[in-house]
Amino acid sequence: MSLDFGPATALSCRECGARYPLGPNFACVECFGPLEAAYDFGDVKRSDIESGPASIWRYRSLLPVPADVASKPNMNPGWTPLVKAGNLGRALGLKSLYVKDDSGNPTHSFKDRVVAIAVEAARNFGFHTLSCSSTGNLAGAVTAAAARAGLDACVFIPAGLEQAKIAMARVFGGRLIGIEGTYDEVNRFCSELIGDPMGDKWGFVNVNLRPYYAEGSKTLAYEIAEQLGWRLPEQIVIPIASGSQLTKIDKGFKELIRLGLVDDAPYKVFGAQALGCSPVSAAYKAGHDVVQPVKPDTIAKSLAIGNPADGPYVLDIARRTGGAVEDVTDAEIVAAIKLLASTEGIFAETAGGVTVGVLKKLVETGQLDPEAETVVLNTGDGLKTLDAVAADAQPTAVIRPSLDAFRATV
Amino acid sequence: MSVSVRIPTILRTYTGGNAEVSGEGATLRDVLAKLDSDYPGIGARILDESGKIRRFVNVYVGEEDVRFAQGLDTPAPEGTQISIIPAVAGG
Repeated sequence: MSLDFGPATALSCRECGARYPLGPNFACVECFGPLEAAYDFGDVKRSDIESGPASIWRYRSLLPVPADVASKPNMNPGWTPLVKAGNLGRALGLKSLYVKDDSGNPTHSFKDRVVAIAVEAARNFGFHTLSCSSTGNLAGAVTAAAARAGLDACVFIPAGLEQAKIAMARVFGGRLIGIEGTYDEVNRFCSELIGDPMGDKWGFVNVNLRPYYAEGSKTLAYEIAEQLGWRLPEQIVIPIASGSQLTKIDKGFKELIRLGLVDDAPYKVFGAQALGCSPVSAAYKAGHDVVQPVKPDTIAKSLAIGNPADGPYVLDIARRTGGAVEDVTDAEIVAAIKLLASTEGIFAETAGGVTVGVLKKLVETGQLDPEAETVVLNTGDGLKTLDAVAADAQPTAVIRPSLDAFRATV
Repeated sequence: MSVSVRIPTILRTYTGGNAEVSGEGATLRDVLAKLDSDYPGIGARILDESGKIRRFVNVYVGEEDVRFAQGLDTPAPEGTQISIIPAVAGG
């Protein structure tokens, strides 16, 4: 089998540095550490990127994908708006604020970015079925991408997810299996399925394809920098589920610096969790460098990972860059969803309520500099978590179709 | 106590390719010690130099992640299944 992963040359262990050939492997044989893609980038120019497609494929020379990736059937995610959020900034007392709004991706969450990379890996390895364990958004991104790519899909979710996420995962075809348990139990199930003959020739995007899949989150870093005019933001607020996205955004910023695509300026990374699933925030506040798992209980179901595999790296990055990890209550999440919607016209899912709520809290507690340029991520669409706001988001009034009746409502 | 131990793919080189082996011990610590004497070297893959479970390994006794229970001192009742799984996530 001849593999084409573009600039990626090997897998390397993030813990001990052991190197392996590119393959469908995710854990280091020596120490169980997570494997990630290692590259030989060569010379990458801003102009080459700027002349590329309006999708993540403009960064193909920085990703583990073949050079002709854009010509293959895939979802072409990314290049989502970086919204100058003057109204929200004023409401929170921030001088310069942007919202990176990833709700505009093809299946309405950032997951399309990571899945698109995983699809290329699945093609490379000759897999026939695309699979995942999912808190909801990923399941829909996988089944959609599989349909586009002509692959079979079989995805696994906790049975108690929001109806919109279930429908979104099922409508594209393929099999959707609800597991009676939490995401962490679904994840464990998939890890066992992968070693079983039933999972043969299956690409589990976030298990055996994870070293490729996870690289897709780097494109958030690339886009933010390019959209700021090839500059890094001084502060960024990122949601934490497994911690993979935050870890890869940091990796993306570091690559841009190393390649000379941006100036080497300091940036602070802040992580955001819901209080009902805040193992990383708790470890940060306690000064620990390992994460004690928890049993999640929050409306932010897309972030409800109680045993976050990249938690230790999130702690390292927050501390290294001078950022922090903070958490907010479910009530604060709902209030933040409404604040973002009413100030900027962006309807975020609960994960976006977590980041905006944490942003507010970081300003109020003096952990974040209100004078420094700040980017906050919204990673999903509010239409998928309508229940969070539905109780209050009702008509202001219901009236007969008469001017007098309307006048009476004013 | 006799238990069954599920072996992840990356450790099956130690068990002759077997996905499940039998083990013995009153606690998880004892089971892992016996496992290492049956399959020399496997213990050091699961435990670090100071004898703690490596941070990217999840071990389950029955349905319970042992980090929620008593870690290596978690009891291993007769007939229970122990699973050793690399930590991965990304929902």
